[in-house]
Amino acid sequence: MIKPVYSKGKLAAKTGNEVMAEAMRQIEPDVVAAYPITPATEIVQIFSQFVADGIVKSEYVAVESEHSAMSATIAASAAGARAMTGTSSQGLSLMWEMLYIAAGLRLPIVMAEVNRAISAPINIHGDQSDTMGARDSGWIQIYSENSQEAYDNLIQAVKIAEKAKLPALVTTDGFIISHCMEVVETYPDEDVKNFIGEYEPKRYLLDLKKPYTLGSIDLQDYYFEHRFQVAQAMRDSKKIVLEVAKDFEKTFGRRYDFYEKYKLDDAEIAIVAIGSTAGTTKVVVDSLRKNGIKAGLLKIRLFRPFPVEEIAKDLAHVKAIGIMDKADACSGAFAPLYSDVAASLYAAGATVPKLANYVYGLGGREISISHISGIFEDLVKIKDGNKTPPISPEYVNVRIKKTM
Amino acid sequence: MSSSMIEIRWHGRGGQGAKTAALLFAEAALSTGKYVQAFPEYGPERMGAPVQSFNRISENPITTHSGVTNPQYVVILDPTLMETVPVAEGIGERGKVIVNSSFSPQEVAKQLHIDAKQVYTVNASQIALETIKQDKPNTPMLGALVKVIGTLDIDGVLNDTKEKLTKKFRHKPEVIDGNIESIKRAFNEVKN
Repeated sequence: MIKPVYSKGKLAAKTGNEVMAEAMRQIEPDVVAAYPITPATEIVQIFSQFVADGIVKSEYVAVESEHSAMSATIAASAAGARAMTGTSSQGLSLMWEMLYIAAGLRLPIVMAEVNRAISAPINIHGDQSDTMGARDSGWIQIYSENSQEAYDNLIQAVKIAEKAKLPALVTTDGFIISHCMEVVETYPDEDVKNFIGEYEPKRYLLDLKKPYTLGSIDLQDYYFEHRFQVAQAMRDSKKIVLEVAKDFEKTFGRRYDFYEKYKLDDAEIAIVAIGSTAGTTKVVVDSLRKNGIKAGLLKIRLFRPFPVEEIAKDLAHVKAIGIMDKADACSGAFAPLYSDVAASLYAAGATVPKLANYVYGLGGREISISHISGIFEDLVKIKDGNKTPPISPEYVNVRIKKTM
Repeated sequence: MSSSMIEIRWHGRGGQGAKTAALLFAEAALSTGKYVQAFPEYGPERMGAPVQSFNRISENPITTHSGVTNPQYVVILDPTLMETVPVAEGIGERGKVIVNSSFSPQEVAKQLHIDAKQVYTVNASQIALETIKQDKPNTPMLGALVKVIGTLDIDGVLNDTKEKLTKKFRHKPEVIDGNIESIKRAFNEVKN
């Protein structure tokens, strides 16, 4: 029998998109500017209905493209408003130059993002190529395994962004979570509003008593210092993420961290994964554990900033680690998550783990329990020295034509 | 797959309400205290094209987020799909197929090349025409599914569905009563 975790919580069956729209309603930002795109459309569609029905006081700006959506959100945030948007895939791509500007201007914009493949070929299904492509833009990135996490993460992101003075995006896996109805516990409006508090920017453009310039040219004299500050703010935001998580747990009872460790502490083989596939991996870990195989999982929640020291420490004892990327970097090297995990371990001087990179699920390609079991079987071989860790990504569930 | 988890696959045609049925079923199962998932298969969405949707129902939290390939229950809203779609795929020797059909379970079993014990039929289209006044077999099939599963509380399902429909059709009370009646009738009339 399901029971709410929070004494005043309410259980409902909702899709990832519905619950992100619900969080936005409760956050009630001053301004939302957005342009619809599958599979994120519903988020801003439902929210725009709240605006039309007078349920929220937010200003909704219906723009003609995502570039304009991000531009309007930046303008609103710079003016002193709490501003949000939502998008996916090509929409995020079209926001590209403005993403960097939002971060460079230190504007705490929050985005509900639904992960979807990038064209070409055109594809509407879920992979993480879109946000992985934006990983160096200076946005805090928080990933969600399910709808509950999407709801909780979006609420926390508001506080994190405003404290860190950096924009933040929260994602779900396209269709797999965005369109999957699951049980979600939501909290009363008042409690969510109390948790995030009022937005009180120290400086904003519409503060006529304290005028200042934002976005001016910055050449060899100061540009580097300002970019250093963005990078430093990103590093410093780790602490903020934990503080907000602690407050959240104290208020609503659900515990969040940089990542979730699932049966990892004594694991000999482990998978590192992001998003909904981490949930499926838990089922595989449980069944391997029943057969006496010490399998574990590290599920990334916070990808930007990357929790370098913590991850290195928690993975240092694992003999073989499979790092699963739902995006390929087309880099000739490895996919994004692998690169960060490997760098973290190497920098910490870890010598035990052998690593393998698995690229999976591009364009929504199925990743099943048997595929994940196959990865664990591979890791057993690597652990026992029966297979050399590959020097390029392994591709899961794809038809590859062998060429000479 | 853990033994306590039920997996269901719905087959319908675009516009018949296979997705809505899966969503309604998930909400109803939640109202009886279960963990639920409902998700459609997204492909080209065309009226009349074969579509699928899925449910997972469990006593425990559901963390699986892969597709349903071995459902214990398959619900078929349009019997003509049996000619073109491998509706019995993955059900094994114990899975059950519930078909909106005027034919007997034995006749359907023959067509699907499975054991007659695995087949249930109910004339949901007829029931829908008589109760909802439209050929909308999705709500009656909910009743048939609840009956065949056997472990869900039909009154809980009826109450929850009534609540959901009341919100949606508050200006059309006859639609609500017709739908509720259709679920009850299919619950009682489904046969094996």
